[in-house]
Amino acid sequence: MDINIFIEQLLNGFQLGMLLFLFAAGLTLVFGIMDLVNLAHGSIYMVGAFIAATITLWLDSFILGIIFALPLTLLFGMVLEFIALKTIYARDHMDQVLATFGLILFLNEFVRIIWGPAGLAIPLPILLDGSIDLPLGIVYPAYRLFIIIIGVLVAIGLYWLVAKTRLGMLIRAGASNRIMASALGVNIRLLFTAVFGLGAMLAGLAGMLIAPINQAQIGMGEEILILAFVVIVIGGIGSIRGAFIASILAGVIDTMGRAFLDVLLLALLPSNAAEAAGPALSSMLIYLLMAVVLVFRPQGLFPPRGG
Amino acid sequence: MKKATSSSTAILLIVFALMPYVAPLVGEVFYVDVFARIMIWSIAAVGLNLILGYGGMVSFGHAAYIGIGGYTVAIFSFHEINNGFIQWPVALVISGAVALLFGALSLRTRGVYFIMITLAFAQMVYFLGVSADKYGSNDGLNVWHRSHFKVGNVDFKIDDNITFYYVIFFILLLVIYFTRRLVKSRFGMVLKGSRSNEIRLNTVGIRTYSYRLTAFVISGVICGLAGILQANFEKFVSPDMMDWPRSGELMFMVIMGGLGTVFGPVMGATAYLVLSEILSSLTIHWHLIFGPLLIILVLYGRGGLSGLFGKSND
Repeated sequence: MDINIFIEQLLNGFQLGMLLFLFAAGLTLVFGIMDLVNLAHGSIYMVGAFIAATITLWLDSFILGIIFALPLTLLFGMVLEFIALKTIYARDHMDQVLATFGLILFLNEFVRIIWGPAGLAIPLPILLDGSIDLPLGIVYPAYRLFIIIIGVLVAIGLYWLVAKTRLGMLIRAGASNRIMASALGVNIRLLFTAVFGLGAMLAGLAGMLIAPINQAQIGMGEEILILAFVVIVIGGIGSIRGAFIASILAGVIDTMGRAFLDVLLLALLPSNAAEAAGPALSSMLIYLLMAVVLVFRPQGLFPPRGG
Repeated sequence: MKKATSSSTAILLIVFALMPYVAPLVGEVFYVDVFARIMIWSIAAVGLNLILGYGGMVSFGHAAYIGIGGYTVAIFSFHEINNGFIQWPVALVISGAVALLFGALSLRTRGVYFIMITLAFAQMVYFLGVSADKYGSNDGLNVWHRSHFKVGNVDFKIDDNITFYYVIFFILLLVIYFTRRLVKSRFGMVLKGSRSNEIRLNTVGIRTYSYRLTAFVISGVICGLAGILQANFEKFVSPDMMDWPRSGELMFMVIMGGLGTVFGPVMGATAYLVLSEILSSLTIHWHLIFGPLLIILVLYGRGGLSGLFGKSND
C-alpha cells in the first residue's frame, strides 16, 4: 500500500473527526448539563451552513461569512432554546426526542421556504483553494488542513474554558449536580442558555466549514446527527474529552474503512464476496465499533463523573 | 377497559372492516389503500408499544425490523421464490434474530444510551440496505409478485387488493389479540413491573433482563411482520422504509394513541396517517404545520387518544 495515500486518508479521517467533534461537543455538553436530548442540533448545523453560505455569496468573502454567521447562529440557537426547548427540559428523554423530532420537520421546511429546495453551493475561499506540501512529499488540500486546525484550536479552547475558567467551573458543577449547584447560588437558567448558545455556535461552525465542500443543503444535519450520537455514546455522554477522542476514532475508522477495507477484504476473501461485503461493511464499521465499546463499557469510554 | 375506550375501539374496527364497501360508495376507492397502510402501520405500532408502553424501553430503531421483514420478502421475490410459506417464516425468524442481537446489546444500557443505541443499530441496517448494490441500493427493489401460499392443490393468492386488505385486517386482529393475552399474562406483569421498579423484581428473584429481551424480540418480530405486509402491499422496498424518521413516526403513533393500552397504537397510527394525509393535501409545506402540531401533542397530549376517551390500564 502506498504510504502517502495512507497518510492522506488518515488526515481525511482526522478532518471528519474534527467536524464530528465540533458538532458533538455541543450535543454532549447540552446533554451533560441540561439532560436534554436535542435532535434539532442538526438543524442548527444546517441553519449555520445556510446563513454562512448566504453571507459569503453576498459579500464574496468566506471569512466574513463565518464571522457574521457565528453570532447569528448563536442568536438562532438561543432563540430556539428560549422558544421551544426550555419547556422540555423537565420532560423525560422520550418526550425530548419526539418534540425535537417535530422541531426538525418544522425547521427543514422553514429552510426550504426561505432558501428553496436546492442546496446552496459556495466556492472554496481563494486563500485555501489549493494544496499544501507536507513533509514526506505528501500533498494535501489546504482547506481540509484548515478544518483540522480549527478543530484542534476549538478543542484546546474548550478544554481551557471548561478546566480553567469560572464559567467552566460552573459548567462542571452544573453537570455533576444541577440541584446542588443552583442551591449554592448558580443561576442555572442563565448557564443553560449560555451553554446551549455555545453548543449551537460550534454546531453552526461545523456546518459553515463543511458548506464549501458539500454545499449547504436540507437534511445535512440529520446525517451528522446520527454519527454524532454514535460518537457521544462511545465517548461517554456528557464528556468533552470522550467526545474528542471518540470523534477522531470514528472519523479515522470510517474514512479508513471506506478507503482500504475492500483492499483488505480482497486479500482475505474471494473477489466477488469481497466486492459485495466491502461497501456494506465499511459503512457499518463505526456502528460495530460502538457495539464493541458497549459490550465492554456500557457507559462509554469516559463515563461522566457524579450525577 | 372503560366503556368509552371499548366503544371507540369497536367503532374503529368496524370502520376497518367496512372500508372496502364504504369507499366505492363515496367514490374514493383510494381510501382502501390508505386504510390498508393504516392497518399495516398499526401492526408495527402495536409491536413497538409492547416494549415502549409496557416495558418502558424507548426504542428509536424499530423501522429496522420493518425493513428487514420487507427486504426479506423482496429479496426472495427477486430470486423468484414467491411462496409465502417460505418467505414469511424466514422473514420473521431473521427479524427476531436481529432483534435478539441488537436487543441483547442495547439492553445492557439505560435511558438515553438505549435510545441512541437502538437508533444507531437501525441506521446500520439502513446503510446495509443503501450499500446493497445487487438489491437496488438507494433506488430500492420492486417486488414483482406478491407472496402466494401453496399447499398441495390449494394456492392462496393475495394479488387482489380487497383480499389482501382483509388478510391484513385479520393479521391485525390476531396481533392485537396476542398482545392482549401477552400483557395480561405473568410475562406481561413482569414486563410492566420492570418498567416501574426493576430493582424490586430482581430482589424477589426475577431476572428482568431475559423478560425484557424476550419482549424486545417479540416486538421486533411483530414489526418484521408489518414489513412483510408492507413489501407485499406496496410491491416495493427501499432503504427509506427503515431510515430513522420512520422510527420516529412509529414512536409518534404509539404516543398519540396513548402508552400502555393495547389498542391505543391503532388509534394513534390512524390519527397520525389520516392527519398527515389531510395536511399534505392542503399544502406542500405541510411539515410547517405538522411539526409544531407534534410538539404540542408531546407537550400537552399526555395519555394520547385513548386517554382522551377514558383512561385504561389493562
